[in-house]
Amino acid sequence: MLKCRTVWKKLAPLARASSTLCRQNVRRAGLNNGKMPSCVPAGHMSTGPAGGGRENQMYFLLVGVTCVGGGVYVRDSLPASLQFPSHTPYLLIGGGTASFAAARSIRARDPGAKVLIVTDEPVPPYMRPPLSKELWFSDDPSVTETLRFKQWNGKERSIYFQPPSFYISAEELDGAENGGVAVLTSKTVVHMDVRGNKIKLDDNTEISYDKCLIATGGVPRSLQVIERAGEEVMKRTTLFRKVEDFKSLDKVSRNIKSITIIGGGFLGSELACALGRRSTECDLEVIQMFPEKGNMGKVLPEYLSNWTTEKVKKEGVKVISEALVKSVVCKDEKLEIQLKDGRLVKTDHIVAAVGLEPNVDLAKSAGLEVDSDFGGFRVNAELQARSNIWVAGDAACFYDIRLGRRRVEHHDHAVVSGRLAGENMTGANKPYWHQSMFWSDLGPDVGYEAIGIVDSSLPTVGVFAKATSKDTPKAATEKSGTGIRSESETEDTAVSPVASPTPAPPAVLQKDEYGKGVIFYLRDKVVVGIILWNVFNRMPVARKIIKDGEQHVDLNEVAKLFNIHDD
Amino acid sequence: MSYCKQEGKDRIIFVTKEDHEAPSNAELIADDPNDPYEEQGLILPNGDINWNCPCLGGMASGPCGSQFKEAFSCFHESKEELKGSECIDNFRDMQECMQRYPELYPQDEDKEGSSQAEPGSGSVSADPAEGSASPPETDSTAAASTPESAISPDSTSPTDNRTAS
Repeated sequence: MLKCRTVWKKLAPLARASSTLCRQNVRRAGLNNGKMPSCVPAGHMSTGPAGGGRENQMYFLLVGVTCVGGGVYVRDSLPASLQFPSHTPYLLIGGGTASFAAARSIRARDPGAKVLIVTDEPVPPYMRPPLSKELWFSDDPSVTETLRFKQWNGKERSIYFQPPSFYISAEELDGAENGGVAVLTSKTVVHMDVRGNKIKLDDNTEISYDKCLIATGGVPRSLQVIERAGEEVMKRTTLFRKVEDFKSLDKVSRNIKSITIIGGGFLGSELACALGRRSTECDLEVIQMFPEKGNMGKVLPEYLSNWTTEKVKKEGVKVISEALVKSVVCKDEKLEIQLKDGRLVKTDHIVAAVGLEPNVDLAKSAGLEVDSDFGGFRVNAELQARSNIWVAGDAACFYDIRLGRRRVEHHDHAVVSGRLAGENMTGANKPYWHQSMFWSDLGPDVGYEAIGIVDSSLPTVGVFAKATSKDTPKAATEKSGTGIRSESETEDTAVSPVASPTPAPPAVLQKDEYGKGVIFYLRDKVVVGIILWNVFNRMPVARKIIKDGEQHVDLNEVAKLFNIHDD
Repeated sequence: MSYCKQEGKDRIIFVTKEDHEAPSNAELIADDPNDPYEEQGLILPNGDINWNCPCLGGMASGPCGSQFKEAFSCFHESKEELKGSECIDNFRDMQECMQRYPELYPQDEDKEGSSQAEPGSGSVSADPAEGSASPPETDSTAAASTPESAISPDSTSPTDNRTAS
C-alpha cells in the first residue's frame, strides 16, 4: 500500500505540470507567443469504466508523466548510423511534422513497432511555426543555436519535437526488442519501387518496407524574375522554409540596412512583422510587397485585409500593395526591384514567400498520381495513394469528405493527417474527418485562428463585437434600456436578404473597428470555413459547425454560439 | 443596437453584448458518441485505452512506451480496492526505464511542482505533435445532453475538464 502511494506521490508533481492539462487552443491576448495545437485534456473517460473523481485523479497521476516533448534541449548529435537496415516494417519518407506525427501514431498503436524516418535535412523532426514567429521574439542572443522559444504559457521548449535520446540509431532498429523510431538524416530517397516495396537512397542504398508514408512536404517557390536575374541577385535572396533558412536570415538581417519580403500571405506577413519589430532595435528598413490589395488578401475579406495591413504597417513595415515585380538587378551591392507600375524599390536583401511547391519527385518512379489542380500526390479520403503507400502533410492532395478534394499547408494539418496516416498504416481505415485548424499572429493586436476553407473569393459574413466607446452619445442612449428594440433590430437586419445593404448608421458612431469577431465563409450557403478573429478557445464550436455542413438561415444566430463578447 | 453593412459579396454585422444575450436558435446536429470517424478520448467506447490519444503525449510511443503501456493497462484493468495496487512491478519497470531517459521524462519534482501554481496552466510541454484533437466531451457527453450544450463554449473550456491534481 505504502509503496503504491510513494509511486503516486512521485508522479503527482509531474501530473500537476503535465501536458494532459494543456488547454485547447488557449491564447493570451497580447502575447505573441503563438500556441501549440494542444492536446486533449485527460480525464475524459468517454464510456470508460464507472469511476468517480478518484479514478480520474489516478488517471491524471498516471498520465501526468507525459511531460515529454523536449523540455530540455541537449546538443548531442543523433547516434551515428553506420549501417542502414535493409528492411524496415514502417518507412516514413520525409522528416517533418507529418512524419513525426505518423511515427508517434504507429508506435502508439503497434506495440514494438520499428519505424524508420528518412530525411534530407541534417536534423531530426522539428516544428515550423516558430521559425517565423516565436524564435524572432526571443530575448536570448543564442537563439539561433538553441532554437528554443517561449510558449504562450511562458514555458520554454525546443523546436525539435523530441531530443536526440528519443530516437534509436538506424542500426539498432532491427534488433530493438521494443522497436523504436530511427532517423536517417541527410539522405534523399531518389527512387521508389512500388512493386518491389523498396526505395533507393541517393547513396544507392536500398531499403525495403512493408508500409510506407510519403511526407515529403515541399520546397518554397521562387520567382522567375529572381531566377533569371543571376547569381548576384540569387545570393541576396532567401527562400524561407527550414531551420537553416531561419539561421541565415537572422544573421543577414543584422548586417543590412534594408530587407524586402515579397509575398503577402501567412509566411510573408509573419516574417514582415517579426522583422518589423526588430527594425526598431537595429535600424533596419523592412518592406513588404505583394500583388494583392492588402495583407492576407487571398484569405481575408477585403475590409479585414485592409484593416490587417494597417496593423502590419504599425509593426514598422513599409507595405507596398498591388506590386508586381518586373525585374530585379544588382547594382553596387544593392538590389533594385523594378515593379510593373514603374516604382523602383532599392533594398539589400529579398525574402521570397510566394508559396510552396509540393515535392512529388517520387511520383514518377513510384507510379503515383499527381493532382493537377492542387498539386501534390493524389490520395483518397484515407490518405492512401496505393496499397501500402500513404501520403500526409503538405504533399498530400486528399479527399475531404465534408469539404471536397483539397491540399492543406498548415502545421496542424500535418499533425492531424500524419497521425491519421499512422493510424491507417496500422489498420484503422479511417477517413480524414477531424478538421485541422491554423492560426496566425500579426503583431500584438491581431491574432486569429481558422478552420476549413478560408478563401477570400467566397462570400463571407463577419460578425464583430461592436467596440463599446463610452463617449458616443449613441452609446449613452442605448444604455437607457432599449435592449428589446436593439435585439429585434438585429433580427431584422440579419434576416433580410443578403443583397440589400442596410442604410448607413447614424454619423455619431465611431469608425469600424474589427477588434474581435467571427467570420463565416460560405459555399452554396453552407459554412465551409470560419475565422475566429481575436476570439480564442472556441475552435471546437467552429469545428462542429463545419462538420454539420448545414445551411443556416441566420448566421448571426450561429455567431451567438461563440460568445464573442466574453473575455 | 447593432448594425449591418454589405461590401460587395461580404457582409459585416456589428453586435453589442445585448444583441447576443438571447440564446442562439441555430440548430446543431446531435453528435454520436460512438462515431468511429471522430477523434477518440483516452478511453475508447469499447473500454480499451486509446494509446494514440493526444493527451498521452509521447508516452506510449517513446523508448519507455512498452513499459508505460504495461503499467497503465494493468492499472486500467485493476479491480483491486486500491486500484492498481497489484501493478507496482510494472510501475517500477516504467520508472526505471524513464530514469534512463531523464531529458525525455523530467524527474525533477521541485522544478515541475513549483513552476505552475495553477494546474490548468501547466501545459509544460504542450505537445505540438498532438494536433487539434477535439475535446472528447463533444463525443462523450451522455446522449441526453442537447447538442448545443455539448458544444457550448462553457463546456469546451478547459476549466471544466480539469480535475484537481
